[in-house]
Amino acid sequence: MTALLALEGVERVFGGVRAVDGASFEVRPGEVHGLIGPNGAGKTTIINLVSGLLQPTGGAVHVGGQPIRGLAPHRIAALGVARTFQNIRLFPELSARDNVIVGEHLRRKESLPARLLGLPPAREAEQRVRERAEALLARVGLEDRMRERVKNLSYGEQRRVEIARALAAEPKLLLLDEPTAGMNPVEVEAVAALIAKVAAEGHSVLLVEHNVRLVMDVCHVITVLNFGKVIAEGPPAKVAEDPAVITAYLGGPA
Amino acid sequence: MEWLQETYLTYQSTLGYIGLNALLALSVYTTLSCGQLALSSAGFAAIGAYAASILTLNFGQSFPVALLAATALPMLVAVPLGLPVLRIRGVFLAIATIAFGEVVRLGLVNWDYVNGAQGLVAIPQKTSVWMIYLAVALALLLLARLRGSKWGFALEAIREDEAAARTMGIHTTVYKLAMLVLGAALAGLAGALEAHYSFMVAPNGFGFVRVVDMLVFAVVGGTVAYYGPVVGAAFLTVLPEVLRELAPLVGIEPGPLRFLVNGVVLLSVILFLPNGIVSLPARLRERRRARSVTA
Amino acid sequence: MSGQQVINGLFLGSIYALFALGYTLVFGVLDILNLAHAAVFMLASFVALTLVASAGLHILLALPLAVLVAGLLGLVLERVAFRPLRGRADSNISGLISSLAMAAIFEAIAHEIWGPNVARFPFGTLTDKQLHVLGGVVSRLQLTIIGVALGLFLVLWWLVQRTRLGREVRAVAESPRAARILGVDVDRAIAASFFISSALGGAAGVLFGLAFNSVSPDMGRSVELKGLAVIILGGMGSMTGAVLAGFALGLVEVFVVAHLGGSYRDAVSFATLFLILVLRPRGLFGAPSLREA
Repeated sequence: MTALLALEGVERVFGGVRAVDGASFEVRPGEVHGLIGPNGAGKTTIINLVSGLLQPTGGAVHVGGQPIRGLAPHRIAALGVARTFQNIRLFPELSARDNVIVGEHLRRKESLPARLLGLPPAREAEQRVRERAEALLARVGLEDRMRERVKNLSYGEQRRVEIARALAAEPKLLLLDEPTAGMNPVEVEAVAALIAKVAAEGHSVLLVEHNVRLVMDVCHVITVLNFGKVIAEGPPAKVAEDPAVITAYLGGPA
Repeated sequence: MEWLQETYLTYQSTLGYIGLNALLALSVYTTLSCGQLALSSAGFAAIGAYAASILTLNFGQSFPVALLAATALPMLVAVPLGLPVLRIRGVFLAIATIAFGEVVRLGLVNWDYVNGAQGLVAIPQKTSVWMIYLAVALALLLLARLRGSKWGFALEAIREDEAAARTMGIHTTVYKLAMLVLGAALAGLAGALEAHYSFMVAPNGFGFVRVVDMLVFAVVGGTVAYYGPVVGAAFLTVLPEVLRELAPLVGIEPGPLRFLVNGVVLLSVILFLPNGIVSLPARLRERRRARSVTA
Repeated sequence: MSGQQVINGLFLGSIYALFALGYTLVFGVLDILNLAHAAVFMLASFVALTLVASAGLHILLALPLAVLVAGLLGLVLERVAFRPLRGRADSNISGLISSLAMAAIFEAIAHEIWGPNVARFPFGTLTDKQLHVLGGVVSRLQLTIIGVALGLFLVLWWLVQRTRLGREVRAVAESPRAARILGVDVDRAIAASFFISSALGGAAGVLFGLAFNSVSPDMGRSVELKGLAVIILGGMGSMTGAVLAGFALGLVEVFVVAHLGGSYRDAVSFATLFLILVLRPRGLFGAPSLREA
């Protein structure tokens, strides 16, 4: 099976610092792929490169076999890539439901003339969109917070809205950047279950996460980065025993 | 009934200007609704006003044709203006668009065909108050219909977080450009209507001060709702009239005081009512609820 | 370009540079445009005029007093129009509007006290003796203005580069959060930059009033937009850039007036400004900055 996401020798330099230094790995359809590494290893940079918010300074990224070099973020989204952000980037003044509705942007097929004339099909479409958003919020356990402005939600709740917003696009590839940071153990458990379920439905997930137990539990494959380089890759059990990984995490001579 | 008619005649011109200012405020609001502070509306209004006036005055064209041209021409200008300029953000965008407005104004000042700084006079009076309000109503209807659609949500998303919106598949440049073009159309139409309402146009009526007025209407009314700019335009257009009536009663001369009160009102709104006048009912409701909770 | 044009250009440019320095200082620190800057410029000019005409003070005594008043107005501005907005998400736009409101209030006050008409300094405020320099004629007035402006540049440079206060202001401009962590009193630093900025604007106002011997409530309007042009040309927040661009604009204006005619003067400046913003948003002299990205 061809890879859904493929990085080939990807490199990103920030003013002399190699944040990503020739990283290569693949994410296959339906796979939950963990991306771990110490702080500053280049994980978030890779998410930004894949979603198009940053351009690589070298190497190539392919989504669904297509090179994405030079593509704007909205074009990459149209290829079926959705993401969450490490530092939560919801639309703060909008309600939880409206945030998720924005996530449905690419799936909404509406006609501008029908809309401007106020024709009934446009109204029905709007109703369907709203229901879909509500169903997604229920899925992340926020059915009673749907009309609340997201800036008034707790940290964990905001993270869950972001996941629902990303899922609203029905992405082929879901990029999750530390989705459980700041969550309590119950919430973490729920997110783990959700990730597993989403993968079972055929979405691929690239998961950046610090919670090692979560990564070990839900990922099929783990890639370990250190100083922008891939230092290990494989199934969780194998990676956990890799001496290079242990050195990277515990310090000492590389 | 007679009293009503008399009042209407006294305030007819104010009524017209409320509508014209509302259109202009909406033209600034369109780009604000997606988070862009573009101050090109005075320039577009000037283009519309001059285009329409030249057509009716020098070429004997009918008023509808003139209005159409006055709406279309600014839209055509907005595209090549917007493509480079909308890449700039925040205050820089504001300044670039102010510069555009000044270039238009100074271009007109130096254009002998339209009498330079003197401007055009004796423009036929063709604008009726109902036309102005029809335009306002259509603009409001358009903006109201966009709400809740994928395009309406996209605009809100861009306003809140442009980069995040892009990762949701929203082609932000197209939206920003569309709003600039829509604003240009509204401003051009307003300019043409105004020229044929007041019988004259002069370049200095479309300077920096004017576009700042439009922004102030929009912000004081509130940019959280599409009808906010209309409320702001109505409030701030009527306020000086009210002050002029009231001032002699309190025993002060009306002139400079008007500006002072204008400034104080503006300052109070921005400090204490950040979402504008339209957010006032909700604010009061919230406060009452808070009080009933503590009571 | 003749020597005379160079002299006139430098003379005009020194006023633009002073005005723009204040403008750009506040922008550099707060990322906010203070649109009341031109109103302070105007009020200071009126204050100096009143001190000379009514109190009979010598202009060289009236000037520092007016500058002090301008600085105090800057403190008022900061307190009333900017501090309450700090931390608000849209402080960019709301600060623009609150400063505009303050400008309207200042202008109304000027109207109320001095009336709407153009006022003039009494005859002989500065003797108009002519001197010959660089193959052109320069009046003592022009020399005084250029001299005062250069003196103020030096004072400002010393203040910003060599004093503790200047270091604090620079730290806040770099990052308010980091400055706070380093123990800088951020509120004080911001207030200080408003004081300095408005004082410079006030000085420019007094000199402008003297130069054209014309003081009126709306005298700040034209300079306001030119100040914008100068700080963009110079690179927003860059002080050296503001000075260089101020002189450049003065020279260009004099040149355009001489060769194309007076009515094209402003059109050329704004067309240039527009092009620069589109082609090189960080300004001609500005360092590359990530701010606009």
